[in-house]
Amino acid sequence: MAADPRYDTPANGAPDLPSRPNPINDPRVRAIAFQVLALGLLGLFLWTIFQNTLANMESRGITTGFAFLENPAGFGILMSLVDYDETFSYGRTFIVGLLNTLLVSGLGIAIATVLGFVIGIARLSKNWLVAKLALAYIETLRNVPLLLQIFFWYYAVLRTLPGPRQSLEMGGAVFANNRGVYLPAPVPEPAFWAVVAALVAGVVGTVVIARWARKRQDATGQPFPTGWAGLGLIVALPGVVFLLTGLPLSFDVPALKGFNFGGGVRVIPELMALLWALSMYTAAFIAEIVRAGILSVSHGQTEAAHALGLKPGVTLRKVIIPQAMRVIIPPLTSQYLNLTKNSSLATAIGYPDLVSVFMGTTLNQTGQAVEIVAMTMAVYLTISLSISFLMNFYNRAMALKER
Amino acid sequence: MADPDRFTPLPAQAPPSSSAGPLAWVRANLLSSPLNVAMTLGVLYLLVSIVPGIIDWAILKATVSGDGPNACDATEGACWTFIRLRFDFFIYGFYPEPERWRVDVVLGLLLLVVGPQFLSRFPGKKWIGLFGLTAFPLIVAMLLMGGLFGLPEVETGKWGGLMLTLVLSYVGIVAALPIGVALALGRRSTMPVIRAICVIFIEIWRGVPLISVLFMASVMLPLFLPEGVNFDKLLRALIGIIMFQSAYMAEVVRGGLQGIPKGQYEAADALGLGYWKGMGLVILPQALKMVIPGIVNTFIALFKDTTLVLIIGLLDVLATVQASIVDPAWGNVATEGYLFAAFCFWVFCFGMSRYSQSLERKLHTGHKR
Repeated sequence: MAADPRYDTPANGAPDLPSRPNPINDPRVRAIAFQVLALGLLGLFLWTIFQNTLANMESRGITTGFAFLENPAGFGILMSLVDYDETFSYGRTFIVGLLNTLLVSGLGIAIATVLGFVIGIARLSKNWLVAKLALAYIETLRNVPLLLQIFFWYYAVLRTLPGPRQSLEMGGAVFANNRGVYLPAPVPEPAFWAVVAALVAGVVGTVVIARWARKRQDATGQPFPTGWAGLGLIVALPGVVFLLTGLPLSFDVPALKGFNFGGGVRVIPELMALLWALSMYTAAFIAEIVRAGILSVSHGQTEAAHALGLKPGVTLRKVIIPQAMRVIIPPLTSQYLNLTKNSSLATAIGYPDLVSVFMGTTLNQTGQAVEIVAMTMAVYLTISLSISFLMNFYNRAMALKER
Repeated sequence: MADPDRFTPLPAQAPPSSSAGPLAWVRANLLSSPLNVAMTLGVLYLLVSIVPGIIDWAILKATVSGDGPNACDATEGACWTFIRLRFDFFIYGFYPEPERWRVDVVLGLLLLVVGPQFLSRFPGKKWIGLFGLTAFPLIVAMLLMGGLFGLPEVETGKWGGLMLTLVLSYVGIVAALPIGVALALGRRSTMPVIRAICVIFIEIWRGVPLISVLFMASVMLPLFLPEGVNFDKLLRALIGIIMFQSAYMAEVVRGGLQGIPKGQYEAADALGLGYWKGMGLVILPQALKMVIPGIVNTFIALFKDTTLVLIIGLLDVLATVQASIVDPAWGNVATEGYLFAAFCFWVFCFGMSRYSQSLERKLHTGHKR
């Protein structure tokens, strides 16, 4: 038996028999036994569920597997970003639903971020009225369930709008009625691509200039007005090209034809209500996060920046915002995730998102509960994990660099 | 007699009106800069153009009296008659009328159990809290379901309204708490298999929307069970909610466990306490106390999320409103209905969030460094 250093021979040299503890009392043995037991129980549990499911599906005549994805769906979908009609397959309904989910989440995140930052800053405004108005917004929207807000916008506001003939009108170009909101659609002519090219060139040029300017400032201390140069390249350059090529962009303005509108882009009321409610609800949470982030930067930092002779604008950009962002980003990420997951409430008002189309209609028609629920959950898990991965990456770049 | 040579200070004067008083306040808070003036005017314009219309609609031109849909035919304002007449439905759902006293008793008990927790000092507060977490849910289940002690049975399909919302959220949080604590301990365990199981469980539930969990509970759960065994709809929804909520609870508790200084763990070890005793007597009491605000916030989120059960066909307070406003006899009363439901939720959530904030301030003493 190998000598255990813990039970070494006593000083008198007489070899004592090593008194090894009873294995029952050895923490390592117990840990292994406990883990094996847990794994075994979990395996047994999953196995039972698996067997039950197989038996149940057999007795209900449901075939397992993903073959159903090839079958024709045979139902229409209210809104689709890709070609779709009844003859497409169930697999296609998955794509349509997924794209609709991504559309509403992406737009929602963009709007909620802007709105949230504005309200969060307004909450800290020196103007008493503005601060209290922001407070009222936050406390009202945050404490009312999102589903209720979606219902409110959909059933109480958008569905009670007048019919197409009495549409609400804004500037003769935007129309709102109970069938949706109609916006002018941009129609690019071939020469418009030159403008796009100019925009891309402007962005690339700005990045190059910013790099060069930072390198020069590090080396010589000479600042360079990157902001103005960037503005010139990104806004003015495409603008000039746009004018030179003779305004190659026209708008397809919606117009009343018979009983309905033709032309333009139609935003269905379901999307409108969902997007509106999601962004306003999430903005209330983002506003609180932004406020906490800004307040977390101690006043001493501002004073130190002023003492160094930095102007208020520079102080804000180079001292306060970078430090506040460090506090803001982790909770902001979880709000983005929440918004994406909350977009599944679409199913309550019939916006054709992934849950509503795939987990709703497709599941009801095929009965393939296990496959469909697993696919849907896998999508949300992938989105969640990739957003949190991206945000962790950004967070690491922003985090305090200790030297 | 006052000595004429003795120095007597002049009586203090009131501060000049430019630095104190309402005028100075207005100047400092509303008109301090041109931008501020513009913002003040903008907000005032907004308020003036919106608020009178709302007051007009909600109060001045509103109808409260009447005993049927016709009462609101002539009015331009809000039809609060609708809320008044449907109030019982919004609170009790389809719970049979002669048995509604049982719900009232439960609500009263709930107030007695929860109320003391909001007070800073109350004799036996801890024991009442413990009662609320253990025996109380059983008593409530017995009372509401009936079938014992001569109480007629009320099937869960008839439960509804605010009462169902409260049952779902209370049971959800009470059941999720112990599971969440166990998961949080597991996630911080040194045993890799246990840790992996807990991490996977937590991340899966946190990564998917509650709707898909509820769908899963209502569509897939029956497939998982052996043939012949069937849960009713409410229980299935509850299982989904508890699984989902325990994952969130685990993360809250984990935050508390991480906030306990390492010295406490070492002290417990040094006293010769084993894992369970060390956790139960030293670590968890401190960690749980620290995360009470987090638990309350989780509860607020859960309380709002219970509205989702209407998608799988349960009749919570929002569903009762939704079912009532589509009644064609009433015309368009959607706004009134939603405002009422929003008010119900707002009162609970706002109250609880204020409570959690005050608690946060109160608890922010011990571990501040």
